[in-house]
Amino acid sequence: MGNCIINNGFTSFMLVVWMAINIFLFVWYYFFYDLGDQFFYTRHLLGSALAWARAPAAVLNFNCMLILLPVCRNLLSLIRGSFVCCSRTMRKQLDKNLSFHKLVAYTIALMTAVHMIAHLLNVEWYNNSRQGVYDELSTALSNLADTENTTYLNPIHITSLDPQQIPTYFVFTTIAGLTGIIITLSLILIITSSMEVIRRSYFEVFWYTHHLFIIFFAGLVFHGAGRIVRRQTTTDPPHNFTLCKDRIDDWGKIPECPIPQFEGGFPQTWMWVIGPMVLYICERVLRFIRYLQIVKYRKIVMRPSKVLELQMVKSGFKMEVGQYVFLNCPAISQLEWHPFTMTSAPEEDFFSVHIRSAGDWTNKLIDIMQKLPEGAQGPKMGVDGPFGTASEDVFDYEVSMLVGAGIGVTPFASILKSIWYKFKDSNPKLRTRKIYFYWLCRETHAFEWFADLLQVLEREMEERGMVDFLTYKLYLTGWDQSHVDHVKVRFDEDTDVVTGLKQKTHYGRPVWDKEFEQVRKENPTSVVGTFLCGPEALGKVLEKKCAKYSDVDPRKTKFYFNKENF
Amino acid sequence: MGQIEWAMWANEQALAAGLILLTGGVVGVAGQFRGWEFAAYAVAAGVFVCLLEYPRSKRAKGTSVARSGQYCFTVCVKAFGPLTRNYYVRAFLHAAICVPGGFMLATVLGCVCLGIASLIYLAAAIRGEHWEPILPQKDTRKPVAQSIKNPPQNPPPRPPAELRRKPAKDLESAAYDNPMSVTDE
Repeated sequence: MGNCIINNGFTSFMLVVWMAINIFLFVWYYFFYDLGDQFFYTRHLLGSALAWARAPAAVLNFNCMLILLPVCRNLLSLIRGSFVCCSRTMRKQLDKNLSFHKLVAYTIALMTAVHMIAHLLNVEWYNNSRQGVYDELSTALSNLADTENTTYLNPIHITSLDPQQIPTYFVFTTIAGLTGIIITLSLILIITSSMEVIRRSYFEVFWYTHHLFIIFFAGLVFHGAGRIVRRQTTTDPPHNFTLCKDRIDDWGKIPECPIPQFEGGFPQTWMWVIGPMVLYICERVLRFIRYLQIVKYRKIVMRPSKVLELQMVKSGFKMEVGQYVFLNCPAISQLEWHPFTMTSAPEEDFFSVHIRSAGDWTNKLIDIMQKLPEGAQGPKMGVDGPFGTASEDVFDYEVSMLVGAGIGVTPFASILKSIWYKFKDSNPKLRTRKIYFYWLCRETHAFEWFADLLQVLEREMEERGMVDFLTYKLYLTGWDQSHVDHVKVRFDEDTDVVTGLKQKTHYGRPVWDKEFEQVRKENPTSVVGTFLCGPEALGKVLEKKCAKYSDVDPRKTKFYFNKENF
Repeated sequence: MGQIEWAMWANEQALAAGLILLTGGVVGVAGQFRGWEFAAYAVAAGVFVCLLEYPRSKRAKGTSVARSGQYCFTVCVKAFGPLTRNYYVRAFLHAAICVPGGFMLATVLGCVCLGIASLIYLAAAIRGEHWEPILPQKDTRKPVAQSIKNPPQNPPPRPPAELRRKPAKDLESAAYDNPMSVTDE
C-alpha cells in the first residue's frame, strides 16, 4: 500500500491538479460569456451556444500550451537533473511524459469537437438572424455594419448567395473559419495516424504526419485574428440594453439609447502557446546540434541472432546506469530518431547499445553494418541523450535481487557491469555485497550476447575467488521436448547446454516462494532491494512476496520492492 | 516506407470520417439547419461508412489486431465479395458518398475527411492491397512427432521351435560356452 502511494500518488496528484484547472477554466469562461453584460446582445443572437463555444476554447488554449512540453526531452532531462537532491518520485513523473502527451491530445480532440459543434450552431443562427428569420431585435442587431459611426455585431454580412451556402462561404472566407477548418483537419490526420496500430507497425507514417502540428500551431495562433466574437463597448452616453432592447426604432434618436457599439475580443491564444513553442524550437535546435556532434565508432560487432552491438565514443557524453539514447542515421532516414537502452557501464570510456532486428530501420542498419569492411568506421550517427531515470538505487542495498524478463534484461547489462566495476575499484558508493540475478525469457534467441556477458563476469569472479558475489539463475519459460532431449543427453557436463554458463538453466517459471526463502536463509540480517524490469503482472507478484517475506523484527531480513521503469 | 500498408491508415481515417459525418449530420438535423436534408443523408452515410470500415482487414504481413466485436461485421462485409474486397471500389464509393456532404457547412468536414480517406484507399489499391477478413483460427493439432515409434508388431525372429528346445538326452551339446568367465576366479 505504501509502495502504491509512493509510486502512484504523485502522478494522481498531478492529474487531479490538471483536471481541476481544466474544469475551472471551462466553468469560469462559460459563465463569463453566459452572464456577462457586454455579451447580452451577442447572446440574443446566439443563445448559450456562445458560452459553449468559448469555454472549450479556453480549455484548448491551456492544453495546446501543455502539449508541447512533455515532448521536449532535453528540457525534461535538464529539469530531472536539477532534482538530483529531491525525491526520486519527482524524477519518475517526468518519465511518464508520453502518457501525459496522449492524455492532453485526447482532451484537445474532445474540446475541439465541442467547440466546433457550438460554432456550427453559432454560424447557422447568425445566418438566420441576417436573413431576418428571427425577431425584430435580431434583425436590427444584424443590420449593424462596419461604417463610420456603427460597428457590426453579426459577422455575416452577405445576403446575396443561396442562404444554404452562406455558412460555408462565411467559414471559408474568414480567417477564423479557414484556419479552423485547416487546423481541425490537421488534428484529425494527426490523430488517425497516431492510433496504436499505425504507430507500432508503420512508424514513418506516424512520424511524418505528426509534423502537421506545425500547421496546427500556425493556424491556431491566427485563429482569433479576425476578432469576430463581439462584445458591446461602453458608449458615451451609455446604451442600457435593459431599457433599449424594446425600443429599437429609437436607437440613435433618443439620448438614453445611442446606437450600440461593438468590438471584437483581443486574440489571446498566442499568449498561451508562444512560450512552449519557443521551448520546442530550442529543443529541436538542441537535437540538431547534438546530431552534428561527432560520434566515433570504437567497435562494431555482429552478435548471434541478428543483434548488432555498437560501441561509440562522443566527447562530453556522460551516462548513468539504465539510461537510453536516441539514435539517428541519416543514411537510412533523415528525420527518424529511435530509442535504445545503453548496455555499457558509466565506468567505461565508451557507450554501447545492442540493437535487435525489429523493423525497417533496424534491419537497414544491420544491413549497412554487415557490408562494412573490417575495421572501417560506420555511417554517420547522431546521438541524442542520455535520457531516463538513472537506477542509482541499485547500489544502495546490501543485497540486491534483480529480475529481468525478456527484453527487460537489457538495462541490467549496464547495471551488472557497473556493479562489477565499482566492486573492483572498491567504490564507496557501492554498498552491495551480494547479488541475485533472475533472468526470465521465453528463449535465449537474441540474448546470447547477454549470456556472454555473464560468462565474462563469472570468469572474472572465479579469478578473484569471489564466486559468491553474483548468483544468477536463468529461467527458460518457452521450453519444449527437444530442449528436454538435449538436456537429458548432456546432463553430466560442467557447463549448461543452453548458455555455456556454470549455473544450470532452469525450465519454466521460478517458484518465487523458494527463491525468497533461499535469499532470506542466506542473508538473515540484511536489507534486500528487489528490482524488476519486466511485465506488470510479475511486479505485483514480487511486491506481494516482498511484503510476505519481510520480517517485522528490524534485525532480520527485510525486502523492499522497487518498481523501476527503465 | 516500403512496408506500409496504406489500407490500415485509410481504414482509420475512413472510420473517423464516418463518425465526423455522422456527428455533423446529427447536429444539422437536431438544430434544424437549412439544408437539413443533406444532414439527414449525412447521418445515414456516416452510419454506413462506419459499418463498412469497422472490421479491420487482415494484414498481408504481421499480426492483425481485430477491433473488439468485429466478427459480425466481418461476416457481413465479407458477404459482398469483390465489392468490399477491392479497394478501388472503396475509393470510388467513398468519393461518391462524400460529395453531398459538401453542400452544407455541418457536414463539410466529414466530406473532406472522407475524401482524404478515399485518396489513401486509392493509393492502397494501386499498390495491390485488398481487404481480407480476419476469421478465427481453427485449432490445428500439431501432428504427432515422428520420433514416437510404434511398438513392434511382430516378435523378434527366432529359430524354429525344434532347434530351440534343449535336447534332454544330450546334455553336452545343450550346454554353451560363455564368452566371459562367470566364475569367481
